[in-house]
Amino acid sequence: MSTREKVLWIVAGVAIVVYALFPVGWIVSLSLKSSDDIANGQFLPTALSWENYEQILVGDAAELFLPALRNSFGIVLIATFIACVLSMFAAYAIARLDFSGKKLILSTALAVAIFPVISIVTPLFNLWRQIGLYDTWPGLIIPYLSLTLPLSIWTMSAFFREIPWEMEQAAQVDGATTWQAFRKVIVPLATPGVFTTAIIAFFIAWNDFAYGISLTSTSASRPVPAALGLFSGASQFESPNGPIAAAAVIVTIPVVVLVLIFQRRIVAGLTNGAVKG
Amino acid sequence: MTTTSVKPGTGDTAASPAGRDPSDRARSEQRLGWMLAGPAFAVMLLVTAYPIVQAVWYSLFDYRLTDPDNISFVGLNNYAVILTDEIWWISFGVTVFITVVTVAVELVLGFALALVMMNALKAIRPVLRAAILIPYAVITVVSAFAWQYAFSLDSGFVNSWFDWVPGVAADTDWFGGTFSSLFVICLAEIWKTTPFISLLLLAGLAQVPDVLQEAARVDGATWWQRMWKVTIPNMKAAIMVALLFRTLDAFRVFDTVFVMTNGANDTETVSFLAYRQTIARVEIGLGSAVSVLLFLSVVVICVGFIKGFKVDLSQARGEK
Repeated sequence: MSTREKVLWIVAGVAIVVYALFPVGWIVSLSLKSSDDIANGQFLPTALSWENYEQILVGDAAELFLPALRNSFGIVLIATFIACVLSMFAAYAIARLDFSGKKLILSTALAVAIFPVISIVTPLFNLWRQIGLYDTWPGLIIPYLSLTLPLSIWTMSAFFREIPWEMEQAAQVDGATTWQAFRKVIVPLATPGVFTTAIIAFFIAWNDFAYGISLTSTSASRPVPAALGLFSGASQFESPNGPIAAAAVIVTIPVVVLVLIFQRRIVAGLTNGAVKG
Repeated sequence: MTTTSVKPGTGDTAASPAGRDPSDRARSEQRLGWMLAGPAFAVMLLVTAYPIVQAVWYSLFDYRLTDPDNISFVGLNNYAVILTDEIWWISFGVTVFITVVTVAVELVLGFALALVMMNALKAIRPVLRAAILIPYAVITVVSAFAWQYAFSLDSGFVNSWFDWVPGVAADTDWFGGTFSSLFVICLAEIWKTTPFISLLLLAGLAQVPDVLQEAARVDGATWWQRMWKVTIPNMKAAIMVALLFRTLDAFRVFDTVFVMTNGANDTETVSFLAYRQTIARVEIGLGSAVSVLLFLSVVVICVGFIKGFKVDLSQARGEK
C-alpha cells in the first residue's frame, strides 16, 4: 500500500469515527449546558454545568427518572435471562439433535422477529388490562420475550453449530467421563456464544419503546425510553431539553461500556460469523 | 449447566449413528429435541400468535374501551372505514417514503463504511468497529432526541452552522413542515441503523474469495469493474439479507416519529397510526384493524423480497 493510499484510508476511518460519535458528542455537550446556555446556537456549552444531572438524579425530575432506570434494568435483565435459558435449550437441540421441527422452530423465530411490535401491542393492551398485567413488570417481561427470543435462538444456534461436537467424543476416548467431556470441552466453547447472545438480547430489550409506552402508565413499570419519550409533557421546567439530554447520556453509558468491552463478540454475534473452534 | 442433565442420552445417539435400534433412537432423539426446543417455541407462539389472532378478532367489532357495553359485530366495516380514509393513505405514504429513502441511503453508505473497514489498516480496525457499534447500541429514543435537539429552534446548532446553505436561516423551523420533518426523521434513522447494514455487508465482503479478485486484477480489470463484476455478485446473499431486514425494520418505524413530531404535519407512520387509534383513542376495533393491515403489509414485503430474491438468483445463474 502506498503512503497516499494509507493516508486516504486513515482519513476515511476518521470520517467514520466522527460520523458515529458526532450525535453522541452533541447530546453529551447539550447535557452539560446550563439552562441559560441551551439556546446559544452552538455545539459546545460556554461553561460546563452539572445542573441537568442534578435535576435528573436528585432534583425535581429524579422521581420520574430513577424509578424508570430501576424498571429498565430489572425488566430487561429478567427478559434477557429467560430468553437466554430458553434459547440455549432450543439452540442445543437444533445444533445437536436430529429431529423434525427444526425448520419449523427457526422459521417461527424468523416470523416472530418480523412481527410489527405495534400489531402485538394492540391486543396485549386490552388483554393486560383485563387480567391485571397492565403496568406491571411481568406485563413487560412477557412481550419483551417476543423481541429477545427469536434473535437469541438464531444467534445461539449459529454459534452452537460451529462447535466441533466430535471433540467431546475425542475427550471421552481419551478417558474423560461424559460429564467431564461436556464440562471441559463443550461448556467453554459454548459460553462465548451464550454470552454474546445475552448482550445483543439486552441491547434489543433496552431499546424497546413501543411496548414500554403502551403497556405502562406509571413509574411502577415504565422503562427509561418510554419515560424519556413522555418527559417533555410531564415536566414543568421552562425547557426540558437539558434534563432529557442528561438522562439520555446516563442511559447510553451502560450500552457504550458494553460495546467497548465486547465489540468483537457483538460483531461476531450480529453477523453470525462465529469463529470455528 | 442445566443442559448437562440431558447430555448422556444425546451423546450416545450422536456417537453411534449406526446403532442397534435406529428407529428407537430416532424416536427418543425426536422427543428430546422437542422437549428442549418446545418451551421456546411455545413462548414465541404465546406472545405473538395469540395476540395477532385476537387482533384479527377485535378488528371485526366496533369496540371502544370507554364504552365497553356497546360492542357490536361490524364485519369488515373497520377495514372499509380505514381504507377509504385519507389518514391511512397519508400514513402509508409517509411510511413508504421513510422506508425507501432510508434503506436506499443506508445501503450505499453502509457499503462505503464496510469497504473502509475492510481495507483500513489493521491498527485502526478495532477502533472503527467499536465506533460503528455505538449508533447501533444507542437507544432509538436517545438518537431521536439528539437529532431533534440539533435541529430544534430553541436548542439547536444546525441553523447557525448551516445558514450559508440556501433555504436555511437562523429561524428555519425544521419541524414546521412535512418534508423538513421527514428529512430530520430520515437522518436520525439513517444514523442509527446504517451500522447494522454495514456490519452485514462487511461479513459479505469478507466471504468474497480473494482468488477471484486476484484473477480479475491480473486480467486487467479496473477497480470499478472488479466491484461490479466480482465483489457485488459474490455478496448478493449478504446484500439481500441486509436489505430485507432493514426494509422490514424501517417499515415499522415508530420511536423516532413519536419523539420528533408526535405525528404532526402529516408525519404519522402506520405504526404510529395503530398506536394512536388503540392506546391514545382506545378505539380497539379500528386500532386492531390498522394493526392487522400493518402486519399484512409486512408479510407482503417479506414475500415480495423472497420471491424477488429467487428471481434475482436465477437471473444471476442465467448470466453465468
